[in-house]
Amino acid sequence: MLSFIIRRLAVAIPTLLFLVVLSYLIMYAAPGGPFDMERPLPPAIMANLEAKYGLDKPLVVQMFNYVWNVVVHFDFGPSFIYKDQTVNDIIAQGFPVTLTYGFWSFVVASVVGMSLGILAAVYHNSWLDYLAVGISVGAQVLPNFVMAPILVLVFTLWLGWLPGGGWQGGQWQYIVMPVIALSTSFMASIARLTRSSMLEVLNANYIRTARAKGLPMRRVIFRHALKPALLPVISYLGPAFVGMITGSVVIDMYFSTGGIGVFFVNSALNRDYSVIMGITILTGALTVLFNLVVDILYAWIDPKIRY
Amino acid sequence: MNIKATLKLSAAALVFATAALAEGTHPVTGEALADNQTFSYRLLDQFPTLDPQLNEETAGHHVIRDLFEGLMIQDADGNLIPGVATGFEASNNNQTYTFTLRPEAKWSNGDPVVAEDFVYGWQRAVDPANASPYAWYMELASIVNAKEIVAGEMDPTELGVKAIDDHTLEVQLTQPLPYFPAMTTYATMMPAHRATIEAHGAKWTDPENIVSNGAYVLTEMVLNEYHTREKNPMYWNADSVIIEKTTGYVINDVNQALTRYKAGEIDHLEPLPDGQFPVLQEERPDEATSVPRLCSYYYAFNLRDGAKPELQDPRVRQALAYAIDRDVIVNQILKGGQWPAYNFAHLKTAGFEMPEIEYASMSQADRDAKAKELMEEAGVSDLQLKLIYNTSDSHKAIATIVAAMWKQKLGVETTLENMEWKTYLDVRRDGQFDVARGAWCADYNEASTFLDLLTTPHGSNDAKYSSAEYDELLSTSKTSDNPNEMYTKAEKLLSVDMPIAPIYHYANTFLLSSDVKGWPYNNAENNWYSKDLYRIEK
Repeated sequence: MLSFIIRRLAVAIPTLLFLVVLSYLIMYAAPGGPFDMERPLPPAIMANLEAKYGLDKPLVVQMFNYVWNVVVHFDFGPSFIYKDQTVNDIIAQGFPVTLTYGFWSFVVASVVGMSLGILAAVYHNSWLDYLAVGISVGAQVLPNFVMAPILVLVFTLWLGWLPGGGWQGGQWQYIVMPVIALSTSFMASIARLTRSSMLEVLNANYIRTARAKGLPMRRVIFRHALKPALLPVISYLGPAFVGMITGSVVIDMYFSTGGIGVFFVNSALNRDYSVIMGITILTGALTVLFNLVVDILYAWIDPKIRY
Repeated sequence: MNIKATLKLSAAALVFATAALAEGTHPVTGEALADNQTFSYRLLDQFPTLDPQLNEETAGHHVIRDLFEGLMIQDADGNLIPGVATGFEASNNNQTYTFTLRPEAKWSNGDPVVAEDFVYGWQRAVDPANASPYAWYMELASIVNAKEIVAGEMDPTELGVKAIDDHTLEVQLTQPLPYFPAMTTYATMMPAHRATIEAHGAKWTDPENIVSNGAYVLTEMVLNEYHTREKNPMYWNADSVIIEKTTGYVINDVNQALTRYKAGEIDHLEPLPDGQFPVLQEERPDEATSVPRLCSYYYAFNLRDGAKPELQDPRVRQALAYAIDRDVIVNQILKGGQWPAYNFAHLKTAGFEMPEIEYASMSQADRDAKAKELMEEAGVSDLQLKLIYNTSDSHKAIATIVAAMWKQKLGVETTLENMEWKTYLDVRRDGQFDVARGAWCADYNEASTFLDLLTTPHGSNDAKYSSAEYDELLSTSKTSDNPNEMYTKAEKLLSVDMPIAPIYHYANTFLLSSDVKGWPYNNAENNWYSKDLYRIEK
């Protein structure tokens, strides 16, 4: 197992490097630059700006300097647009916010989703099944950009229970709506995955055997059925978790949370090269990391899997 | 300008104010003041910087105006009034300006604001090492050696500004510039606190580091969420400042912002969602307002060599401009108090006499008939055009309806192409279009800020219009006692050559909580200062 982890981490390094080079090239190929504005800058001012941010050097040199600073100094450079901020500042400020609502969304989506899925499978074709499927289909077709305004309308404007946006250091009132809006569609997918996988497992011969032995249903489900039924769910949870904690531009935009998602989208629109790169690397590294976590969990759950 | 009189008046008001404030009434109007003197408003996006010299565009400028104070500032009507300077003297035919600084002006850490702070700030603006995107502003202000310093040919210390003593600042210009004092209200020309900047580098604007000289100090700053500025007790005129705390919330989505306004979370929302102004005005007549905004919306025709040949015929451009029914655009799509435009400079620009443009006075039916005639005269049929605009619902709605009007009235086939902002800037600059959406906002409240755009060398002349006669008119206007004469001629020339089709003049629509008073509705540049606002008892 240890050698597997080491091997996987060793592969991660060239993967991330490839990601850096590819993102750099795509970024430069995009029309326009960080300093293009409605009013074109005089050449002398443009030259000063390019010199200040190192854009006057050849692309290869820029890339090398960038990677060097990231690897050796862990410095992602200054933002080209937010002139008082470095990329490290932006990530340090936005990522904990995203991590918080992402983590809670993950918890809610997994717990509610799996419970619904298990209930639906165990009480297959009963009203409970129909209700659970109904809820998950409903949640799936309600995208978060529809959910968000509805939530604010109901809980802020009509009921006056929750603030309509903001973060305020992560007080619970500010977390509730982002978590509901972000978790619903994930919850729906998890519920449906769990349900179908659970149904399949419940029809397997060894479950029939367990039931024939007269084991109580609860024991059959939790001892024998749950673990194998969760395998496909877990392979979904890994990327879903990364998706949730690396930010949702919709959540950030509607709830003004100050999370990383809106920075990512704005940096692409503003051609804020260093911020694009910083968040790309962060997302890339987290994706690699959580795929590894999923693989390890797999081995733990299914003894047949050996690395 | 009668600076002395204004000053005496404000000194009198100050004494009066101090007494009145203590009793909880407004010193001038006598209204009962609320206990809660806070103000909150919506920001569309995070502003890029709070460093006055690095600031660009208009985003963040209103925050900088609260935190820092320049030599001169504006009152509620947009008039120039003393800021850090108590007054100025122009000599040498408006080429030398000497400003007298008030001795009581202090930085938020208690240091006195001295002439050297302005010298330092202005040198930062032109220093190539700082690479200010707004360095051109100092060149526009014609300060001696600004251009050379920006180009790296001279040292920043050679800028034509010097501190004669702590309270006297002398500025040398390369040409007579009667409106130079008005330019000192802008962020780029604000003073800078050297010790703070040298100690903290790029992080000097963080709340824990910043030292500023305006009516407010920055106390909190959370990127993309909110920031707060609180009353600066060191401000020289702090006694007359009523609002204790101002909070700007970043709310990207305008409909979400409207819901939060209705829930009472913010006091001010600008602009309103497209097309919703009439409904909101009916629902909240005391809160919804539309005021002029000095920007003009237009379609530019591509006049480059090698561009579409039909468009090189002014009759075709006239026909296209005539066929646009602007009333439909303004009254059916925008619905926010905008004005249909047949000329370029905004009709509310200070001192600007609206020219009599021939096709402006025609009925739309006549314009349409004339447009058909012109197309026939030019012998153009089955014209195909590519119209580009940057992604936005209202640009899209306008482009769609204009394309429909051209199709219906003139048989012109228009392909619409929308693109995100930076791509659009690139494509437009490269001239890969037949018709391009454009808008221009005034840098200062004078018609030349608009009309200069269509002079040959102007960087934003995306039509690439070039007329010796037009250039000459604008150049003559600079030194003329009656520039309106040239402006009228220039606008008339534009209506014949039609390099651009003006579409509408902007208005700003906003909601302001009815207990917040002191809003500068009559400031055409929409420059507001928190220090002028106050909240009355409900």
